[in-house]
Amino acid sequence: MSRPVPRRPQHHKINKDLFVLTYGALVAQLCKDHEKDEDVNKYLDKMGYSIGTRLVEDFLARTCVTRCHSYSEITDIIAQASSHRNQPQVLLILWKSQQVAFKMYLGVTPSVTCNNASRNEFSLILDKNPLSEFVEELPTGRSSLCYCNLLCGIIRGALEMVHLTADVTFLQDRLKGDTVTEIGIIFLKQPNEKKYRRRK
Amino acid sequence: MAASAQHPYSQFPHQAQKIGLSILESMGFRVGQALGERLPQETLGFREELDVLKFLCKDLWVAVFHKQMDSLHTDHQGTYVLQDNSFPLLVPIASGLQYMEEAPKFLAFTCGLLCGALSTLGFQSLVTASVTALPACESWRGCLWGFTLFSPRTHLTCGT
Repeated sequence: MSRPVPRRPQHHKINKDLFVLTYGALVAQLCKDHEKDEDVNKYLDKMGYSIGTRLVEDFLARTCVTRCHSYSEITDIIAQASSHRNQPQVLLILWKSQQVAFKMYLGVTPSVTCNNASRNEFSLILDKNPLSEFVEELPTGRSSLCYCNLLCGIIRGALEMVHLTADVTFLQDRLKGDTVTEIGIIFLKQPNEKKYRRRK
Repeated sequence: MAASAQHPYSQFPHQAQKIGLSILESMGFRVGQALGERLPQETLGFREELDVLKFLCKDLWVAVFHKQMDSLHTDHQGTYVLQDNSFPLLVPIASGLQYMEEAPKFLAFTCGLLCGALSTLGFQSLVTASVTALPACESWRGCLWGFTLFSPRTHLTCGT
């Protein structure tokens, strides 16, 4: 075997309660720092974005070890494929990887649905959301708080690192009285699609 | 951290850091209290301080960090020094000096966490932490934790 096998990065598992409680403390602190729900939501999204841009590397390293040598190979593949007609297939792959990622990092597998015929709007549906496990209800006066908005930012940041721009928001939230938690992902048009077509 | 750039105290970086660290410590305290509440009931009947510290070194450390504390020293006068040679929160950043100045954030949070857990167990405490910098060694993942316990019998109220 002439090809050197890339070393799997060591991943330490963290105590779940510690993680969930720390997230709660983070949100509580942000609520202290910002009066408006929109500001807290925005801050969570920004933090998530910054995490997502880094987390995607860890994710790809753990799941693509045997097939791709480098990170840019993966982004090239996705970029080329997404400029073709078989875009739905690419997005299907991304879907599935969302499920894998949720399972890997949060221990739950969301179900995925496609929301429109043009196949650029999807939803991730979580019956159980581990991040809000200890939260019974939103604090008074915080009815527009998207408690888990960090997740939206993470997804958005991760997608952006593979050259896909998306709008990620909570469509349904159990903490706001809905039956499930639903994260909606709308893929937006790429401004420089021409660039990838030429690389054929 | 991006937070400090927009924080009103950013004009005074030293103060901003202090405030930031104390916020982290209080967040850690909340988390520690909640974690302490999830501990099995039989652990909540400690008689001696040393029992509490042993609990910290073994049960709590294993539950939270998946490893035991490496050593425990005491002067038998209420001060304890615990040593962790490879503190998991520092391990990812502990090679080279690039991120060394971030270490206080992780230590502050953890000090608060330990204080909070101890308070659930009925003990007021003062917790300090420092990184053990090993000479001629690039990795600085070890930590010393200093504990002073104020047991419920003594009616001292002390800040965490």
